[in-house]
Amino acid sequence: MNIILYSVAASLLILSFLKDREKTKNALKKAWKAFENILPQFLVVIALVSLLLSLLDHQLILKLIGSESGWLGILLAAIVGSVTLIPGFVAFPTAAILVSGGAGYMQIGAFISTLMMVGIVTLPVEMQYFGKKLAIYRNTLGFVFSFLVAFVIGQVMEVLA
Amino acid sequence: MKQVLKRYRSFLVVSVVLILLGLFNQELGRQVLDTTAYQLKEMVLIIPPIFVLLGLLDVWVPKQTMVKYMGEGSGLKGILLALLIGSAAAGPLYGAFPVAAVFMKKGVKFSNILIFIGAWSTTKIPMILFEFSSLGVPFGLTRLLVDIPGILIIAYLLQALVGRQEIEAIYEKASKA
Repeated sequence: MNIILYSVAASLLILSFLKDREKTKNALKKAWKAFENILPQFLVVIALVSLLLSLLDHQLILKLIGSESGWLGILLAAIVGSVTLIPGFVAFPTAAILVSGGAGYMQIGAFISTLMMVGIVTLPVEMQYFGKKLAIYRNTLGFVFSFLVAFVIGQVMEVLA
Repeated sequence: MKQVLKRYRSFLVVSVVLILLGLFNQELGRQVLDTTAYQLKEMVLIIPPIFVLLGLLDVWVPKQTMVKYMGEGSGLKGILLALLIGSAAAGPLYGAFPVAAVFMKKGVKFSNILIFIGAWSTTKIPMILFEFSSLGVPFGLTRLLVDIPGILIIAYLLQALVGRQEIEAIYEKASKA
């Protein structure tokens, strides 16, 4: 995926440079400004995420969100998903390991869904762009919606099992 | 310099706390350091092309074009484009916010911005392929079928909840960045 992204960006950049040097320079300046603008928050987010990831281990997660853990387990899974920011290519294999280790599909559904929709640690960044109100509403709605996702996934997986 | 220090204040505070924590609990400290390095690497890998594309979009694509395809009155076309662009994205959700800001500057409709954010967070195509392979197609497909209407519902609900004034303020802020 990175390769595609880089190829697209590079080809467009070259095309832009051939067409208009001044505009290209301007575009890069804007790119840098947009990046530097948000860098302080990025760095804080990354540091906090690393701390959280280091504190949670598989054993603990499994105890909390096993398939017998019910709605409390779903709630916990949703909270864990909300406060963590794990890249998908780490989250999915981890989720798969958790399922084979006894975690319930409903719980994993809640975890995956809040992981994607809700970002507590990225809230400062989100507020910077969208304001407090919208950021909080969006995350709250995502959190609530994740229970529906969890429920439906739980039902479907049960039927298929 | 003072300005820079002020902007990075929170980061400095967090760093000092983490360093103290690392001195206190070396194993945890090392783990945090490893994870930070890993995440930074990911950020360094994914962010340059996104921001370069952003800069190019800002400079080359005229506002009228964006308004036509994704602005007021763009209808279903705008919704589908927002879903598509969000799904084709790469990288964590925080990468979507600067893109959303440029979209706002270019006159993209607010509901379409929210749909784009929703798609970026939940229906990214590369991630879905990954999900299929690790959790199975039924799991991934079910999530997708629930999430796509969810993205739309959440977007319109948010738009209604936040109100016109707040939305105008958000656009105003984006136009200055």
